[in-house]
Amino acid sequence: MSRAERLAAILADHAATEGALLPICHDVQAAFGCVDAAAEAAIAQALNLSRAEVRGVVSFYHDFTPAADPRPAVELCRAEACQARGVDALVAAAQTAAGERVKIKTVYCLGLCSAGPAARVGDSLHARLDEAGLVELVKSL
Amino acid sequence: MTLMRISDDALALACGADALAAAFTAAGCTVERASSWGMHWLEPLVEIDGQGFGPATVADVPAILAGTSPKAIGPIAAHPFIAHQQRLTFARAGRTRPLSLEDYHATGGWAGLTRARGMTGAKVVEEVLISGLRGRGGAGFPAGIKWRTVADAKADRKFVVCNADEGDSGTFADRMLMEGDPFQLIEGMAIAAHAVGAQSGYIYVRSEYPHAIAKLRAAIKLAAEHIAPFVLEVRVGAGAYVCGEETSLLNSIEGKRGEVRAKPPLPALKGLFGCPTVVNNVLTLAAIPHILTEGGASLYDSLGIDRSKGTMPIQLAGNIKHGGLYETAFGISLDALVNQIGGGTASGRPVKAVQVGGPLGAYIPPSQFHLPFDYEAYAGADALIGHGGITVFDDSADMGAMARFAFEFCAAESCGKCTPCRIGSTRGVELIDRIRAGGKAGADSVEALPQMHNARKAGRSREEDLQLLEDLAETMKFGSLCALGGFTPYPVMSALKHWPEDFGK
Repeated sequence: MSRAERLAAILADHAATEGALLPICHDVQAAFGCVDAAAEAAIAQALNLSRAEVRGVVSFYHDFTPAADPRPAVELCRAEACQARGVDALVAAAQTAAGERVKIKTVYCLGLCSAGPAARVGDSLHARLDEAGLVELVKSL
Repeated sequence: MTLMRISDDALALACGADALAAAFTAAGCTVERASSWGMHWLEPLVEIDGQGFGPATVADVPAILAGTSPKAIGPIAAHPFIAHQQRLTFARAGRTRPLSLEDYHATGGWAGLTRARGMTGAKVVEEVLISGLRGRGGAGFPAGIKWRTVADAKADRKFVVCNADEGDSGTFADRMLMEGDPFQLIEGMAIAAHAVGAQSGYIYVRSEYPHAIAKLRAAIKLAAEHIAPFVLEVRVGAGAYVCGEETSLLNSIEGKRGEVRAKPPLPALKGLFGCPTVVNNVLTLAAIPHILTEGGASLYDSLGIDRSKGTMPIQLAGNIKHGGLYETAFGISLDALVNQIGGGTASGRPVKAVQVGGPLGAYIPPSQFHLPFDYEAYAGADALIGHGGITVFDDSADMGAMARFAFEFCAAESCGKCTPCRIGSTRGVELIDRIRAGGKAGADSVEALPQMHNARKAGRSREEDLQLLEDLAETMKFGSLCALGGFTPYPVMSALKHWPEDFGK
């Protein structure tokens, strides 16, 4: 299926959804790794919105990105509970291990606050991380 | 063949529950995946005939099967952490399989909905009023009054919306409930819909909770015929903390930027798509099925203290030895929670501070650990209960840095609609940096420009900078549209009040 066909299929899936913009953006982000300008235009057309309205939504939410980043990503929780359990001391080693190859992304809270420091790679979760554990996780990607 | 139970809660998974379950299966055991008991320091916890073993690793498998494992904790239900709780909302935690309708039915599921549907909507609202249930999301607004407002509103369409955008650090009760007992939330929403006359509902879950989303979607499919004609849909957030604020959550479901709406109009009158809408937190709605069982409302009202009725699922998090979920009646002290039940810090160092109520909650020093867990008592001490999360910090914590982080977080997550929050948060970061750096001597390069004739040319003393910080906090507290800007001063000013030494000299 071409890119345009996949996009059209996503839009068709949500034709009957009330308030469909976020579900559409999630599907587009999952399919293409981003919600880029071309996708914005197609979404705006399908929902009878202006480009500006769609752009406003895409840029508001942290989950949507305007350009794809092919690197694997580790989402590391940096919120209070993980700070209390020492996440800040792990960041430098993780960054070094990641280099340019892996993206270390900050998130605030994965709901594992009694067992931090915690990280997420896709849908797999990791808790009770120490420096060695986090570095190993980064290197495994 | 040995039957064992291992949780499939996200925290257990993050600690290696899947590998452990696979190892037991390979050893010829039947493994049942149940909800989590909430004793997080013991996860993954293995249960065999009521006996617990944890935290278990794959290497422990042979010893556990041979009955010689040093990880044995005895009967789980009799463990002091569990036995001393009063679990109503989390009554099924650890005891049932999350997606088993059979288990749900066998443990009293659907009894509240069946009884509610035999009553008028007004009578259901009255029972919720009698129970004294207050919104568990943080504001503590009486749920029954909100429901009555929606029930009395005239409209063709009404909605029930569940706020499951649990973004506060230190909280995970919503996640555990959605993953461990999703039918209870669905039943609570169906009761709410019956009470106010709503036809459909949404559960807005944050995208950081993929396991909860999957469980809820599966549970809604399984429960569809039980809740019909009420229909439910899961909507997924997109990484915006502010969408936990109810009006911004509604905007997000509508497909807009998650910007806060000015109130009035109240969502109860003009909410989702302009229709009357009940917006309640997961824990509020999950408390409903129990309240609607025979005698449930009066039991709920008999628990707790003053105007804080019933039980609160408290979350012990951060640097704590025995972290997890502790549901108990209101009135318990922080000392009991942190030092006795929680066992002090995980690091073994002295407790320096606890933050109650997430990123917007105040930091409380051990000298105030006698405070009873009660909405009004906390408000009186310039603190808040919020969603019941308690994050413990040991004496290595730098409270000046935590105050700075509170502003930084607010700046990162502000929706940008109101000025005190959008700009105040950034100015707050700068101000704290300046105070911690010992102030500055004269005007900076911008202030020195000739056209900046109103800018101050002389430096500020520490006292003047602290006064400025206080003014900023006042402005944000009273001038912000929602709790994000309005409550950020709580962690900042409490840190400054109790640990001024962490803000430099």
